[in-house]
Amino acid sequence: MPRLPVTKTPKPYVGGAFIRSESGRTRPLADATGAFFAHVPLCTRKDLRNAVEAAAKAGPGWARRTAYNRGQILYRLGEMLEARRAEFAAALTRFGARRAAALREVDAATDRLVHYAGWADKYEQLLGGVNPVSGPYFNFTVSEPMGVIGVLAPAEPPLLGLLSLVAPVIVSGNTVVVLASEPRPYPAILLGELLATSDLPAGVVNVLTGLRADLVPTFATHAHLRGLSAVADAAERRVLDLGAAESVKRVRYTPDAPLAAWLGGAAQGLEPIRAFVEPKTTWHPIGA
Amino acid sequence: MAPPASSRRPRRPAPELLFGDLWPYDPAPETADPRIRPEYDLFIGGRFVPAADGTRFTSINPATERPLTELARGGPADVDAACRAAAAAFPRWSRLPGAERGKYLFRLARLLQDRAREFAVAETMDNGKPIRETRDFDVPSAAAHFFYHAGWADKLAYLAPGRTVAPLGVVGQVIPWNFPLLMLAWKIAPALAAGNCVVLKPASNTPLTAVKLAELLQEAELPPGVVNIVTGPGATGAHLLAHPLVRKVAFTGSTEVGKVILRSVAGAGKRLTMELGGKAANIVFADAPLDQAVEGIVNGIFFNQGQVCCAGSRLLVQESVAERVVAQLRRRLRVLRVGDPLDKNTDLGAIVSREQRDVIRGYLRAGVAEGAELWQAPFRAPARGFYVPPAVFTGVTQSHRIAREEIFGPVLSVLTFRTVEEAVEKANNTPYGLSAGVWTDKGSLILRLATELRAGVVWANTFNKFDPASPFGGYKESGFGREGGRHGLLDYCAVT
Amino acid sequence: MRASSAPPALRRWFAAVGPVDRVGVEERVAKFTTRSIKKAAKVQGLKLAVSMVDLTTLEGKDTPGKVASLCRKALRPHDDAAVPAAAAVCIYPSLVRAARRALGPRSPVRLASVATAFPSGQTALATRLAEVRRAVADGADEIDMVINRGAFLAGELTRVRDEIAAVVATCGPAALKVILEVGELETYDHIRAASCLALGELRPGDFIKTSTGKTATNATLANTQVMLEAIRDHYLETGVAIGMKPAGGIRTAKQALHFLVAVKETLGDAWLTPARYRFGASALLNDLVRQLEKERTGAYPAPYAFSEAAESY
Repeated sequence: MPRLPVTKTPKPYVGGAFIRSESGRTRPLADATGAFFAHVPLCTRKDLRNAVEAAAKAGPGWARRTAYNRGQILYRLGEMLEARRAEFAAALTRFGARRAAALREVDAATDRLVHYAGWADKYEQLLGGVNPVSGPYFNFTVSEPMGVIGVLAPAEPPLLGLLSLVAPVIVSGNTVVVLASEPRPYPAILLGELLATSDLPAGVVNVLTGLRADLVPTFATHAHLRGLSAVADAAERRVLDLGAAESVKRVRYTPDAPLAAWLGGAAQGLEPIRAFVEPKTTWHPIGA
Repeated sequence: MAPPASSRRPRRPAPELLFGDLWPYDPAPETADPRIRPEYDLFIGGRFVPAADGTRFTSINPATERPLTELARGGPADVDAACRAAAAAFPRWSRLPGAERGKYLFRLARLLQDRAREFAVAETMDNGKPIRETRDFDVPSAAAHFFYHAGWADKLAYLAPGRTVAPLGVVGQVIPWNFPLLMLAWKIAPALAAGNCVVLKPASNTPLTAVKLAELLQEAELPPGVVNIVTGPGATGAHLLAHPLVRKVAFTGSTEVGKVILRSVAGAGKRLTMELGGKAANIVFADAPLDQAVEGIVNGIFFNQGQVCCAGSRLLVQESVAERVVAQLRRRLRVLRVGDPLDKNTDLGAIVSREQRDVIRGYLRAGVAEGAELWQAPFRAPARGFYVPPAVFTGVTQSHRIAREEIFGPVLSVLTFRTVEEAVEKANNTPYGLSAGVWTDKGSLILRLATELRAGVVWANTFNKFDPASPFGGYKESGFGREGGRHGLLDYCAVT
Repeated sequence: MRASSAPPALRRWFAAVGPVDRVGVEERVAKFTTRSIKKAAKVQGLKLAVSMVDLTTLEGKDTPGKVASLCRKALRPHDDAAVPAAAAVCIYPSLVRAARRALGPRSPVRLASVATAFPSGQTALATRLAEVRRAVADGADEIDMVINRGAFLAGELTRVRDEIAAVVATCGPAALKVILEVGELETYDHIRAASCLALGELRPGDFIKTSTGKTATNATLANTQVMLEAIRDHYLETGVAIGMKPAGGIRTAKQALHFLVAVKETLGDAWLTPARYRFGASALLNDLVRQLEKERTGAYPAPYAFSEAAESY
């Protein structure tokens, strides 16, 4: 008699714990063959609120880590992803990706983590600096994290898209609440499991699953979210912009694009980091 | 023998200084001719043109309440014409070699320096701020901004090494009334250096130096349409920023209006720089150089009659020195001279408008009603004009309206703290995050606070300092984007 | 502010009196220079400044003859009777008798003598005190002493303080001016600390003074401001009003008016009197008189029109 496999209950990763939606709502997720895969939680605005609180709690500690330490933690994440390359690729193929594309996506996601790991102790030397003011003052600008940032991951590619938005935000000391790909949430669930065993402190990355229609309005209006990094359609952008206006929230959109566009070097770099740091300028007299 | 009731010896009154009229300063009015024309038109496509509907509005001198000049009241049709003119000018202007664009900006800086005194007087008459400030700060700083950004025009590639830097197109800019010419320079100079074309709407209270600057644009032979200036009411600004040709919105003003603008451009995909309100904490530790701290407090909240978004309107002073600092502050305020803005010895001039004066008075009443103790410097109000003498509230708590809301006037709220942590908590306990001040002799404490204060500008042992090379802008609801320096310039560029 | 009986260790003393930020104080005083003093205010300020001048000669080549002409100049700076007399003449101790003769016994111009091994102060305390005693005996109304900068910089604050106290006691009825020699103290922190140290030993009617005029840095608006603020703090704390004397480097009427603006806006009206404020100067007096003459006639006079002018070209 064949062994009955143990199925996994997918759980979003919030505040370092695996949660069910407070609403208890789920939706059935089918794999590419149309077979039932699992019930995926439909997170609600209250789950989002809890996730923001977890992220806010983690924020100061994460921001106080040295840049070197944040870089090492991101790199370690890349190491772990590499080690679980087959598992993540399988999670992608199961929901329709071709095997080659799946491997390319996982490899690119690993490389992206490594790319941003390397930025941790460098972006400041490019973004910040000393400003030659006209007077007896020492004046310098440093980049500081904004706080809690909301990330709306694209439907595709579910893993690389999400990590491409998350990594440049957390590398500078922000913490995030991510809404995973709506049609393909499983790689994000798996990522949560990876994060749980990584050195990333609990609450730095919080992953929600659910329906964009349920959650986009709350991402837009939650005042404690200080920025949004999103892939969004025109209607969602309007909702996000309108909501963001109420708390003067920074919003950055990345175009919705197929896997190929996310693979290249143009999809990474300093600009995504710059978008979620606050330049802070300090003046001090030179004297005594 | 004294009756038992008064057995306590009468105390000698505490020694106090006397700031009287033993040696009064005579009036010292600035007499340079501001060269104000009786009427000004809109500046569109390099020419002065009347508003499409032919209407005008009056700008008054808030120090005298007398009319200064009549200006064209631009409306939607004029905004449209201006945006089209800017869009038409954009291809040539943006393709001009950077060095050539830069030379126009250098010219503007020089032309403004040549006519500095005239602009200073005009600004003082239009805004009410003292001539000492327009002469020594507003106008020279405006010229410095043009000069600084001029030099960037041929160096844009260095802004983002390894990437392509390009201008955005037509930029819509709406500026406030508190630093009319300086805010214009903050907006126009980086926009042009990056190769953008501009439509700018000055504040309806203070449009004069903007239209005077249009004369300089002609003198500089700036290509027509590169900068267009549309005067008019707030609604005209809203039309401008929402105009489909405008690819970038740059706004400085209140958080309230900023939110309205953000809503109006929602989903339009415009680039945004918002420089909004503030409620800055100015934190004085017991070990601070106290006389310089008092000077910084004064400069922080009474500069420009307190009509400054980054004003240090919340004084947080360590309990052990609070009494001494407040006493010293009051002494200092006794010698601040409030009055005729054109008098070279005036420290505080007129409030920009009757409405703003009334708003400030409303807050004074609110502070008293909520139980804070109000002290105002002795002051003889001129017969006409909108004046508010320096006001200091003590006994203020975090929940008082005067400690939470931006007043935009010469009103200081004094709160106390005991520990560093408490100071940081109180300072950050606000939706705003534009600026903050720290006063202490301890270097490591300065660096700690410079890290923990959630504000875009931290002045340590100084306050209200500005420079074209120094990025300025806020956290949280004080806005986003920066103005000044490399950071400010990048906000006018597309980096791909 | 007076130190406890324990020796005021330098560190502790600095903590007690508080620091001064250089850039801040220099920005503050720059504002004094933008005050516009015109017409009647100018005339009043110039006359006030004349009445505050300690007309000074402190040179090796000074003689009774030179001092006598200086005294006449101080008594009558200009032919115009509306111009007041100077506050004092300030000379070396060996010339006090000659000056007393020139001024007469009850002169409106006071007679000040430097003493205490001016300008360095580098002799035994007994010698310095003897010099003070002799100058007072010879007829000096005021003594300008120097503090022991070496002891101050070595952290021996008790010694500095006790020496000042000894001079105060030796002065008797003569007013004392304590010269800090700001150029040698170098920092504003030191200037404030030394000011506060001296103020604690002084009597109403005494002064603190910036400098000897014999070093590169003399009175500036900024170092004078630091001292004015120390005087203010001392007055507010103790009720004892001490005077201020900037000396050296103030050569023009315009400068003097800026210094007076600083007094008006820092200490107030009660210090706008020669009893509490002096200028240690020589060339200044003639420039003040010259500007007064310009205000009176509307024409710019030549420098040689004034007696004792150094410029004869």
